Amino acid sequence: MPSDAIPSRRPRSEHWVAPLEETPLQAVDAADTTTAPRSLWGDALHNLIRNPIFVISALLILFVLFVAAFPQVFTSQDPRFGDLSRANQPPGSEHPFGTSRQGYDIMARTFWGARTSVVIGFFAMIGSTLIGGVIGALAGYLGGWFDEVISRVTDIFFAVPLILGAIVVWTRLGEMNVVTVVLVLSVFGWTNIARIMRGSVISTKSQDFVTSSVALGASRSSVLLKHVIPNAIAPVIVTATVNLGVFIVAEATLSFLGVGLPTSSVSWGGDISDARDALRTQPSMLFYPSVALAITVLSFIMLGDAVRDALDPKARKR
Amino acid sequence: MTTTATTPEPAGSTAGPAQPLLEIRDLEITFTTSSGLVKGVRSASLEVYPGETVAIVGESGSGKSTTAMAIAHLLAKNGSITGGQILFEGRDITHVSEKEIRVLRGDQVGLVPQDPMSNLNPMWRVGSQIQETLAANGIAKGAEARTRTVQLLEEAGLADAERRAQQYPHEFSGGMKQRALIAMGLAARPKLLVADEPTSALDVTVQQQILDHLDTLTEELGVAVLLITHDLGLAAERAQHLVVMYKGQVVESGPARELLQNPQHPYTRRLISAAPSLASRRLVSAARRAEVRERAREHAHEEHPVSADGDRSPAEGATSDAVIQVQNLSKSFPIRGSVPWRSTPFLAVDDVSFEIERGTTTAIVGESGSGKSTVAQMMLRLLEPTSGRVLFEGKDVTTYSGQALKTLRRRVQPIFQNPYGTLDPMYSIFRTIEEPLRLHGIGDAKSRETKVRDLLDKVALPSEMMRRYPNELSGGQRQRVAIARALALDPEVVICDEAVSALDVLVQAQVLELLNDLQGELGLSYLFITHDLAVVRQIADSTLVMEKGKVVEQGTTDEVFHSPQQDYTKRLLAAIPGGSIPLAGAEMIEVDAPEVAPEDEQTDATGPGSEDEGPIDPFASAGHV
Repeated sequence: MPSDAIPSRRPRSEHWVAPLEETPLQAVDAADTTTAPRSLWGDALHNLIRNPIFVISALLILFVLFVAAFPQVFTSQDPRFGDLSRANQPPGSEHPFGTSRQGYDIMARTFWGARTSVVIGFFAMIGSTLIGGVIGALAGYLGGWFDEVISRVTDIFFAVPLILGAIVVWTRLGEMNVVTVVLVLSVFGWTNIARIMRGSVISTKSQDFVTSSVALGASRSSVLLKHVIPNAIAPVIVTATVNLGVFIVAEATLSFLGVGLPTSSVSWGGDISDARDALRTQPSMLFYPSVALAITVLSFIMLGDAVRDALDPKARKR
Repeated sequence: MTTTATTPEPAGSTAGPAQPLLEIRDLEITFTTSSGLVKGVRSASLEVYPGETVAIVGESGSGKSTTAMAIAHLLAKNGSITGGQILFEGRDITHVSEKEIRVLRGDQVGLVPQDPMSNLNPMWRVGSQIQETLAANGIAKGAEARTRTVQLLEEAGLADAERRAQQYPHEFSGGMKQRALIAMGLAARPKLLVADEPTSALDVTVQQQILDHLDTLTEELGVAVLLITHDLGLAAERAQHLVVMYKGQVVESGPARELLQNPQHPYTRRLISAAPSLASRRLVSAARRAEVRERAREHAHEEHPVSADGDRSPAEGATSDAVIQVQNLSKSFPIRGSVPWRSTPFLAVDDVSFEIERGTTTAIVGESGSGKSTVAQMMLRLLEPTSGRVLFEGKDVTTYSGQALKTLRRRVQPIFQNPYGTLDPMYSIFRTIEEPLRLHGIGDAKSRETKVRDLLDKVALPSEMMRRYPNELSGGQRQRVAIARALALDPEVVICDEAVSALDVLVQAQVLELLNDLQGELGLSYLFITHDLAVVRQIADSTLVMEKGKVVEQGTTDEVFHSPQQDYTKRLLAAIPGGSIPLAGAEMIEVDAPEVAPEDEQTDATGPGSEDEGPIDPFASAGHV
């Protein structure tokens, strides 16, 4: 009730109106057709290219990819040519990064090593994202007992450390090559993707637009493929990007431990392992492959971070 | 262009009672956004005198909350006061230090935030959160604070306050949480209470109780209240002085009644004419609607002629012209009991029966938890009923599956509540509206595009919108796209589940108008699920009132509004804010709340300006009772 009874201490309540010319009336809920249309991904890209972290990491990644594709542009030396007569040379004009104990040119090995790392990281990322994505999406979407079973299986795989799993496989196979390393990393590395996909699918499938689509007559599979997965994929992309860095580290770790690629192949992990003993006498042997590894991994993790920020629904304009 | 005229002369005003408690002069607030500087509030001026209630009314984005938050220096990080002054008891607090404002915030200005669900820390007991407030303001500590907390909760109208203080927020209902927040806001006995949409998330009856309580409480304590609301009816009922804001500017201010009865600014006039709680009448006259109904019947026969395919032909058993009949529908959900393997059934919908006549609108009204949305979900076959039947043109559709279900989906379409959730953010508007056409294999790419343009035109959106994405649209526009999508398959029945509840009044009025026009044009039958009785009044021919899963009252909208039979319905009607405020050109609804002894029924069925509407709608009553 408007309490007229209470005496207002307002001196004199007058009716004030703003001059109309200063407060023009606009159409209710007018459609704005002046700006250019922009999709969510378009929006994300728009934000990304203005993010310095993204620009720096993307440039670094492009550089690493270029090195991996064309290492011979940067060095004319053969990374597999070991000449003991030139072993343990300090950095000089002929060998800018110096040579190793086996007489390998460190610069050549650093550049050629990028190829192994990038190839293994990339394919392991693809493999684990496919396995984890499919399993997670089905578990989240179908729910019920299927979800229960799949979630427990995921837990079992999650409990096996990536490196331990790889060591076990290595002891069975004896020797590994690029393909088996990729397979081992994919098979033991999909669990976090599956968990994220499952959670993301569960939260997406309860949204109104999914219900709307069902009510329009869409089938279960088409709802999953056309509405749920496209909307649930963003966090998976972020994690997969970060995972790429993680897999590169994992490959290096395996090679370092001697359970990864054979010593004959050129990889950063193997070189870092070889450099352990020469740390005091010739730090450059450890320094260059380590720095290359760190920069590559860091740039993928930074990229993942930048993409996460760009895809963050809270940052989206309404 | 300010309200300097209302400012008392500086001379001699310091000691007298005419000193305003809060004075905002020419306030300007600027936000730094990615697209540059945006002025959220421009030259806003208002005053609050001790002990009075002032309401700021406006749509979302009008700057009303921003203005209020600026008083306590609680603007978002990218916002800052770039002009004007805020005076509290004559002292300029526009740019005082963080330390000073903190003292002011607790001691002098209390705050009741908008969303009771997210403003209590779920990890803390409610009592400890109030104690924290008391301790932070140096009012009481330890045992003393505990006793004071219980007192405050009691004062805020919580029964059994001692036990309640020991509970966690999740054990509280929405209304109880809001009471706890009011207790917190008043803990330090402030001189001014800023209440930002304090009851927008609550049911009408709870809203009424809480505002009534807040009224008496602030009156007793002599606290001035600055009420922020989008509901003009509510503002007029609770405040002595209204301030109307539009696009960051104050467009009109004055005494509540005066402003409502004699609005000067075109925006205020527009707001008053759109406010459903104030001026609610059926949007179209009865004669016009009979025409619609006739057309709907013809339309149905054209579209779905009696064919050899028995599935399509209306069943012989269908006696009336009901397009949908709901018979004894029930739904129970298992609720986890004390032990995991034992669950108790919870009857969400209990033996509900009604029918929707072709070309008419039926509304289901009820508070949250009344089971009204569950009914809609079962009718849409998104939930399986526990028992009972849904007949569509006389055929039981509860057993449909496969192709039959797909065909049914084509003819019964939903529009959902949340405009931000109902459209796939990855789909352009074109793809969104085209989706149902593609799903049902209608037309080729070219004819589908023509159809989409046509549909956009029907919902009054420019066809350039086609290439845009939902995130670029406002809530009302999204809801219009959702309507276009629902209409793409030329359905006969549209089920609107709280379809306009999330929209601003003006946009809401616009969407209701659109739905109403489309009904006339296309002969649609609507089922309108809503908690808002005022909306029902505007759009529905017949009304069902649901409480705790049961239909408690059923009849034509006029019957339900003018001679409610059940206490529950009467309570709902009495709780409509502003329903009793006399307004030129509007019909009044006066219902005595059941608590009050029903003296004389002052039912004013035919108010001024409703000549085209009979006391009882002859058309709607045809199929009912």
